[in-house]
Amino acid sequence: MPAMPCPIHRNPITAVESPAVGVTIEGLSKNFGSLQALKNVSFAVEPGEIFVLMGPSGSGKSVLLKHIVGLETASNGRVLIDGHDAAAEGTLEHVRIALVFQAGALFNSLSVYDNLALYPREHRLGTESEIREKVVRALQILSLETTANKFPSELSGGMKKRVAIARALVMEPQLMLYDEPTSELDPVMSATISEIIATLKDEYHVTTIVVSHDRELALGIADRIGILMGGELVFLGPPSELKESKDSRIADFFHPKIDLKNPRFKTLET
Amino acid sequence: MKQLTNILEGFGSAVQLLVQSCRYAGTLPRQRARFIEQCYLIGYTTLPIVAILCFFMGSVLALQAGYSMENFGAKQFIGSLVGLSFARELGPVIVAILLAGRVGSAITAELASMKVYQEVDALVTMNIPPARMLVLPRLAAVLVMMPVLAIIGNLIGWFGGAVVSKYVQSIAIEPEAYFAALRRYMKFKDVGTGLMKAEIFGFVVVLICCSIGLSTRGGPREIGASVTRAVVASLISILVLDYFVTKALM
Ligand SMILES: Nc1ncnc2c1ncn2[C@@H]1O[C@H](COP(=O)(O)OP(=O)(O)OP(=O)(O)O)[C@@H](O)[C@H]1O
Ligand SMILES: [Mg+2]
Repeated sequence: MPAMPCPIHRNPITAVESPAVGVTIEGLSKNFGSLQALKNVSFAVEPGEIFVLMGPSGSGKSVLLKHIVGLETASNGRVLIDGHDAAAEGTLEHVRIALVFQAGALFNSLSVYDNLALYPREHRLGTESEIREKVVRALQILSLETTANKFPSELSGGMKKRVAIARALVMEPQLMLYDEPTSELDPVMSATISEIIATLKDEYHVTTIVVSHDRELALGIADRIGILMGGELVFLGPPSELKESKDSRIADFFHPKIDLKNPRFKTLET
Repeated sequence: MKQLTNILEGFGSAVQLLVQSCRYAGTLPRQRARFIEQCYLIGYTTLPIVAILCFFMGSVLALQAGYSMENFGAKQFIGSLVGLSFARELGPVIVAILLAGRVGSAITAELASMKVYQEVDALVTMNIPPARMLVLPRLAAVLVMMPVLAIIGNLIGWFGGAVVSKYVQSIAIEPEAYFAALRRYMKFKDVGTGLMKAEIFGFVVVLICCSIGLSTRGGPREIGASVTRAVVASLISILVLDYFVTKALM
């Protein structure tokens, strides 16, 4: 890869400029009992890059994201964020990381508005009216204005997803992680999410890792793509290389052969 | 053996949680709203059931005392007996047990559900320590509310004893005599000891319930299991601590 000048991340709140953060994953393995969820995974996400992680269900994508935010501890290997070990205490003091959980993980006892306002309030990032401005803007971007006073239990699946994304936006992170951001959204909303991801990269040089099954989203926004299968990284490279890949596992993943005349459950019965 | 390690592990994580929460004690003024909300939940919502239970506890104590003390011709000391037993022992223990059942179970259920549905994980990634936001306000609130609940419990218990003493024919002691006896043998230290005990029990109950809630793992079924475990652990701790604290404060 040609040497690029390091992009500058500008914190939209404090206007403090800092180099965009990179993520380095070194020989990461994770065992849950006898199950090997991650097998010696190594790759680096460059500062300011959009990295899309794909792979079949159960291949270890969410587990990998959890290692990056320090919610899981590695059985072997490590994750470095901007040089800080992700598993160490205090890393979150240095780097602002937002994770959009696959299931949303909204605070059920707080209204949508308070969900979004919690982070800036707890970290005292501005007066209440400054926080309100930021929250309202995030709600507008995701077409959530009418839900501000609702509680998570009153929202549809797709709305919850959008609130989770809005909550991450309000954090104005240097490193943004999305776990299936578009899985429950309609095409228009999916396009909006792609746009948000691209804008954050272009304007603020937010380093982004997106886990997604959505091919269109992946190919549209990714600088590079990684594919996990059974806990192993089987592909790493730009989208253009993906199309030329000769690996049959990848071809099967993107173009699964489904024989409707002879469905699998029928063959299983006999 | 497995159970012993579980108990030690639970004890360890509770102590750890306590230390973490104490580290954030300075943030309490900023968390005023949460503190007040918890005071309301711990104090105000427990009050009716404390009142009812303490009234009947006082009544039955007077009834039993009347029955057994009649044999010694010591009926006039019923007030002292009810007063002292309530202030030193029954008041704090009953209030703590009600706290465990009414508030402790709710705390564990709430925190366990936050854990199971990844809300706690979300807090951690937002660099908001759960000990600071979820545990500290509850510990502070119970420290403030427990003595209040215990004092009210005592007063109502004494009153319950007085009512029974006056209206039950076999006892028939006038309230003036009852309260005079109550006052004669009661020292300030007796009430103080009781409040101290209530304070310790309440604090330990809330700490245990928070700790067990936050260490819940697995699916929604574990929420129920955690609540059961928290209430049982609280009750055992109250009664075991009761002996040692009483001995230490004598
Ligand atoms: N806490 C856990 N305990 C035990 N096993 C786990 C745990 N978390 C994940 N696993 C296992 O690790 C493997 C990878 O899970 P992961 O959630 O990362 O899959 P995924 O790639 O995100 O799949 P999906 O696309 O369906 O979300 C799975 O086999 C899962 O059963
Ligand atoms: Mg997943």
